[in-house]
Amino acid sequence: MATSTPTRDAHVPPPRRSAPPPPAAARGSWRSRLWRFDDKASPYAYIAPFFLVFGAFGLFPLVYTGWIALHRVEMTGLDQMQWVGWANFDTILHDSEFWTAVANTFIIGVISTVPQLLMALGLAHLLNYRLRASTFFRTLILTPYATSVASAALVFALVFRADGGILNWLLHFIGLGHTNWANGQWTSKIAISVIVIWRWTGYNTLIYLAAMQAVPTDLYEAAALDGATRWQQFRKVTIPSLRPTILFTIVISTIGSMQLFGEPLLLEGGTLGATGGNQNQYETLSVYLYNYGWKLGHLGPAAAVAWAMLALLLIIAGINLLVGRFVRKSAA
Amino acid sequence: MTTTSPAARTTRGRLRVGAGRQLHAGPITYVVLIVAGLLSILPLYWTLVAASHTQNDVLSLTPPLVPGGRLFHNLATAWQQANLGKAIVNSVVVSGCITAATLFFCTLAGYSFAKMRFRGRGWLMTAVIATLTIPPQLSVVPLFMMMSDIGWGGHLESVIFPTLVSAFGVFFMRQYLLEALPYELVEAAKVDGANNFRIVLSIVLPVARPAMMVLGMLTFVQAWNDFFWPYLALSQQNPTLQVALGQLSASYTPDQSIVMAGALISALPLLVVFVVFGKQIVGGIMSGAVKG
Repeated sequence: MATSTPTRDAHVPPPRRSAPPPPAAARGSWRSRLWRFDDKASPYAYIAPFFLVFGAFGLFPLVYTGWIALHRVEMTGLDQMQWVGWANFDTILHDSEFWTAVANTFIIGVISTVPQLLMALGLAHLLNYRLRASTFFRTLILTPYATSVASAALVFALVFRADGGILNWLLHFIGLGHTNWANGQWTSKIAISVIVIWRWTGYNTLIYLAAMQAVPTDLYEAAALDGATRWQQFRKVTIPSLRPTILFTIVISTIGSMQLFGEPLLLEGGTLGATGGNQNQYETLSVYLYNYGWKLGHLGPAAAVAWAMLALLLIIAGINLLVGRFVRKSAA
Repeated sequence: MTTTSPAARTTRGRLRVGAGRQLHAGPITYVVLIVAGLLSILPLYWTLVAASHTQNDVLSLTPPLVPGGRLFHNLATAWQQANLGKAIVNSVVVSGCITAATLFFCTLAGYSFAKMRFRGRGWLMTAVIATLTIPPQLSVVPLFMMMSDIGWGGHLESVIFPTLVSAFGVFFMRQYLLEALPYELVEAAKVDGANNFRIVLSIVLPVARPAMMVLGMLTFVQAWNDFFWPYLALSQQNPTLQVALGQLSASYTPDQSIVMAGALISALPLLVVFVVFGKQIVGGIMSGAVKG
């Protein structure tokens, strides 16, 4: 998708001649004026629903969040807003739980995105071979995409259970000890990453596969003529051709990992989810926002968290941009 | 089958190259893919196993590995405990409305961006794509207050309206129509005196049908599975299926077998869709990825 939008003028209407005169209508009559109005206004009318919906339920609330963040608003009285200035930002920035959530979000983001994309790249490469039943394999690895966060998180909660979890049973079976997955700092983050990896690897695999199939065969032929081995072809032809796609999946996965909510909320089942474990060991920013706004009922600080997330997003976007530029430069 | 040949080799005077596509997969490839495929469905299998035993059996020292006989009992219990009947109706209404609206509006917008000329088209399209990068988290607090203000608090409208059109859908339809809709067809209709909306109805919609099928399935999957905003916006009395599932597990001592029965109920409709239309969905994701 991000590999998108070079406007292809070949497919685009030729420069507008004067609108073909409607039959049986003299120039200047109301019908031809109506006709020209239809031609001018229609494109805007067709794209208007998107911008109206986005403006009303996306952009306006996004800006308004900043205003709410400067107020005291309680869940118990939504129409009473009281100006407090920077107090909400002060509160969350001095809350160690907030910084735990930032760190958790970041760590879980890295340990779920990196293996996921690497595995997707490898699987896409395999699926790009001439295969029997290739459609079957593609559909099979995409199956997790059809499951909801809620069902996925709940079944993995069962798999990762300390007592009676099937994973611990398996580990015990091969002589590895007993792990309290949800309680550990790292083990809980690994468990959440596993859920994310499980749900999204297949999706990313298909994105990569599509990009691989678009690589022109002549490139491989030329490389083969120069005596490149298969591995060299993968590294020197496939990977560079996929660079925009890889960058795109990194951006999408990063944004996705900023939003992790259902996986941590439901990891343990029961009521622990809203605080992300007994030591907030797997509390992400979204869970922190939910906990402040919807469990504790303080919407002001929750709005401040949203703006902190925006700031983080911009920082990440900046880093992506720099990395992208660096990669392009080193390739040149 | 197992050509582990060097990259370049001449066969019958023609050059065979090492592009993955040309080479047959070796046995290792199949083993890896089979393992990946099994890992993809094992958790779903475990959902079924857990949903068809008692909690005690599932959590016992030697857990059962095949489905048991309590499936229908557990499904019925989950149905009552979590108000699943109402939740299913809500999920169908929400996903149905969102899918229908998305299809209509995204096709219109996609057509406009692909085949019509107007001032600002380029940067408006860029704006559409840019909105893809804004997480919903950033606007939920005011959204919640707005919804309560206009009287939609806790109602399905609060979930339906914010997702009536999707940026991805607009982009997807535009990419499809760029290639699939010959401009001559539109021109011809104009000469025949059709107005723009008439052209949409009698030319664009029929041409767009295959892409609309795929977009419809992708949208339905997403709407059906959506969790974050519905969980915040809807009440315990009026949940979608996913919200009900979340609430079921957030009760004080959830029975894991009942929770798994609920998870099965929520996953089953989509799995059926997936088995039937898997090929099209795969194709849709792949075509959405590179065209353009």
